[in-house]
Amino acid sequence: MSTVKENLRYSDSHEWVKVDGDIATIGISDYAQHALGDIVYVDMPEVGDEVTAGEDFGAVESVKAASDLISPVSGEVVEINEALEDEPELVNKDAFENWIIKVRLSDPGEVDALLDAAAYAKLCEE
Amino acid sequence: MKYYDKVIFELSRPGRKGYSLPADNFGVDGINEIPSDLLRQEPLDLPEVSEADVVRHYTNLSQKNFGVDTGFYPLGSCTMKYNPKINEEIAAHPAFTALHPSQSEESVQGALELYYNLQRALSSLAGLKEFTLNPYAGAHGELTGLMVMKHYHQSRGDMKRTKVIVPDSAHGTNPASAMVAGFEVVEVKSKPNGSIDVEDLKPLLDDTVAGIMMTNPNTLGMFETEIMEIAKLVHEAGGLLYYDGANLNPLLGKVRPGDMGFDIMHINLHKTFSTPHGGGGPGSGPVGVAEHLTEYLPNPRVVKGEDGKFHITTGDKSLGSVSSFLGNFGVMMKAYAYILTLGKEGIRNVGPLATLNANYIKESLKDDYLLPIEGVCKHEFVFDGLKDKSTGVTTLNVAKRLLDYGFHAPTIYFPLLFHESMMIEPTETESRETLDEFIEVLHKVAKEARETPEDVKNAPLTTPVRKLDETGAAKNPILNYKQLKNAQ
Repeated sequence: MSTVKENLRYSDSHEWVKVDGDIATIGISDYAQHALGDIVYVDMPEVGDEVTAGEDFGAVESVKAASDLISPVSGEVVEINEALEDEPELVNKDAFENWIIKVRLSDPGEVDALLDAAAYAKLCEE
Repeated sequence: MKYYDKVIFELSRPGRKGYSLPADNFGVDGINEIPSDLLRQEPLDLPEVSEADVVRHYTNLSQKNFGVDTGFYPLGSCTMKYNPKINEEIAAHPAFTALHPSQSEESVQGALELYYNLQRALSSLAGLKEFTLNPYAGAHGELTGLMVMKHYHQSRGDMKRTKVIVPDSAHGTNPASAMVAGFEVVEVKSKPNGSIDVEDLKPLLDDTVAGIMMTNPNTLGMFETEIMEIAKLVHEAGGLLYYDGANLNPLLGKVRPGDMGFDIMHINLHKTFSTPHGGGGPGSGPVGVAEHLTEYLPNPRVVKGEDGKFHITTGDKSLGSVSSFLGNFGVMMKAYAYILTLGKEGIRNVGPLATLNANYIKESLKDDYLLPIEGVCKHEFVFDGLKDKSTGVTTLNVAKRLLDYGFHAPTIYFPLLFHESMMIEPTETESRETLDEFIEVLHKVAKEARETPEDVKNAPLTTPVRKLDETGAAKNPILNYKQLKNAQ
């Protein structure tokens, strides 16, 4: 039902990470947007805020529930996806295209601890 | 049913009225006595309508509603039991309704006696030393109980205890109340059957933990069999146990939270004790505490003196006041009427009947609906949606389709442990016939999901208000008449 994109890393709380140099782009997985249902609000941090691996950096609100966004990595927020402020439903349309925040990694090693696509796909099946 | 969605102002016609004022018995022109700078400059914008207009308007609106007086209301975790009409009769008695909260103690002895007796009745059902009836609702009770917890630790000079442990399956109010009370919330995991994972709990227990908030039976309707072990561990670590009374119904008169090791609890009179619930309420959330915590209960308190009279007192170590006067007294009268109506033996039948009804529905429907946790439940249980997921019919669709068949929907998408949660709590007041009808309808909906899934996905098809645009409502809420007119 839901897709898992190759070449991304995943957290067990259903966020994905794409690393480009020292910048990590973070979003929620297709599985997560499916489970949440129609998303009506994305609560994002501000540029300049620090995020910590394993701690929440915002929330996604759907008609079903509000869920914390857990950061898979640590670092400083360098960009947020402002389009989601007016159109949070973009995450439902394409969860991989519509990222949420970009972070300058303070510890690139954290990425290695995340799941690869195959391991994440297995997690979703369970 | 005729579609009706007017507001009363739309019925207004200049000069129309439905009242006649009594003759002036005082001979004073009151308006002239009021200084002109305190008088309104423009007339108040009130609807001008006849008595028939008013009666028809509100009767039409009330017919759009669904309540326990209309039909079966299996809303899980809410205990929507029938509200006996004798409760209303007692609460409407002029001897009570004409009271003023500032009257002298001597002139309200009867009301204070009722308040005191209800405190005692709840204490005896809960196995806790003292109760306050002051909090206005469940979440208010939670906050009050957590404030008791905080005062207890701080009065001992123990300032390190800043954390409250809450299971990941808890009702949302638990972590919210803990936050409002100024605690940090720490989550403890539950096992697949919804019980607290004792091994996950152990490492969390240290001298920074103020206490744990739990329900028993838990959110999935299963009895926490390891409760005595959990209580021992939490107490050994110096913490207190808080019992969320949302799930008290199956235990009433059978098992007492105090005996399970709980130190503090709240009771929802509007759930367990048959007073009206939801928007109509109002609610009432009495808080009970074990002996070592009684001095922290909120002011004012109602006590019985040695003279046999009832007194309103305040305590020095109290956490302060959480309500004006003594809380929602009208609700207390209804709850007390309920307790006296049932009596000691009747109260003991509540839990077994509620449990029997829940298990009867669960076992009758598990062929079509996915039962993630097998075994005997208490007063409620959770399905994880339809067993056959291939039709694309979701729990939301099933819930909406139930409305077409004249039933209120169960609680849906809670708890979050499953994707398609459907939480059903029939309560003890439903007959075998009602339960059978509900079971038959849910089987029928499962059949429709297989054969004509589009009908279920587009439900409800017969209600006064059809399928709602939930996303649109969340994103662009229309909250008043002006916004509605602008949107049209």
